[in-house]
Amino acid sequence: MIYVKLFWEFFKTGLFAVGGGMATLPFLQAIGENSGWYSYTDLMNMLAVSESTPGPIGINMATYVGFTVAGIPGAVTATIGEVTPSIIVILIVAAILNSFRDNKYVNRAFYGLRPASTGLIGAACVAVILEVLTAVQLVSPEGSLIKGLVLPSAGGLLNWPGLALAGLLLVLTNWVKPVKNWHPIVFIAFSAVIGVVFHFAGV
Amino acid sequence: MEKKCGVRELWVLFWTFAKMGVMTFGGGMAMLPILQREVVDSKGWATEEELTDYYAIGQCTPGIIAVNTATFIGQKYGGVPGGIVSTLGVVFPSLVIISILAGLISNFADLAWVKNAFAGIQVCVCVLIFNAVWKLLKKSVADKRTAAIFVLVLLGGTFLKLSPVWFVLLAALSGIVLKNLEEKR
Repeated sequence: MIYVKLFWEFFKTGLFAVGGGMATLPFLQAIGENSGWYSYTDLMNMLAVSESTPGPIGINMATYVGFTVAGIPGAVTATIGEVTPSIIVILIVAAILNSFRDNKYVNRAFYGLRPASTGLIGAACVAVILEVLTAVQLVSPEGSLIKGLVLPSAGGLLNWPGLALAGLLLVLTNWVKPVKNWHPIVFIAFSAVIGVVFHFAGV
Repeated sequence: MEKKCGVRELWVLFWTFAKMGVMTFGGGMAMLPILQREVVDSKGWATEEELTDYYAIGQCTPGIIAVNTATFIGQKYGGVPGGIVSTLGVVFPSLVIISILAGLISNFADLAWVKNAFAGIQVCVCVLIFNAVWKLLKKSVADKRTAAIFVLVLLGGTFLKLSPVWFVLLAALSGIVLKNLEEKR
């Protein structure tokens, strides 16, 4: 039965995530939150591996999440689930190609969809930053629609070594030429080394 | 425009797209030059203009861009079976590579240095997602209204326990409504 649920969740992701691989991230977060199959931290590790291996990021993430939930059959189910809506939508669009491109309602819908898709990825980004760089937690009480912020009862509020690395990476990936054009795998590998050298996980 | 496509042609589609799946390292954008070389120059399955169209539509239809483009080219060359086979080709390498890696990583996940490495990598992923949002912002927020949609969805997505599906549907609807109001004025 888990395969049916997995297929359905990824079918929805493939149908509603507009704008490529990163746009599936908020959907994958929601799936993890509702099903308890994996945590934020698990998802981030999967994203890092997906960015560092061959293949489109969105497909790599679907495969990885599916594998985590239910092994190789899960990986196949999740990936097929995610691409099924694409196949259906594209085959329909291909049949009506010209009217689709010039349809004013399609264009108008996308006027609203593009910033919303960015907003959703932005929200995923906020959750991930809170999780990794601070001790603040986003929690939603059972049955409540609104999530609240919970400050830690003891210990530091911010992950200082993490923030320092994040600041350095932000500068390197945006402002330092020619470093900023390097492939993400370089920065991921660099961060892994820093993590090991400075015991980022505290072990 | 639909050609007769036998098992041999479908096989060629599958392997060509599987090869592209391996070579696509990173996002869908990385795929365009490879598509140009394979699909336009070497195989002649589509013209340069068609490829650009498919790619543009692949970006604004739901789903993974690489998959959408592959389905498009495949269906043009080999009809519905061609579209399906091309997509299976693109995802095939990911399935194999990630399944092997995921198995390996779960075996080593308890080692101290692996934990530390991933703790470092998580910081990097934060920055990579942030950069992706920043880049998308410049493309998707054009005026005050799109800025308002972005901020509302950002806040809603962060603080509401609501499926992203609802935000997508509402945003598409508000895009249509806002543009219609603009037309009436």
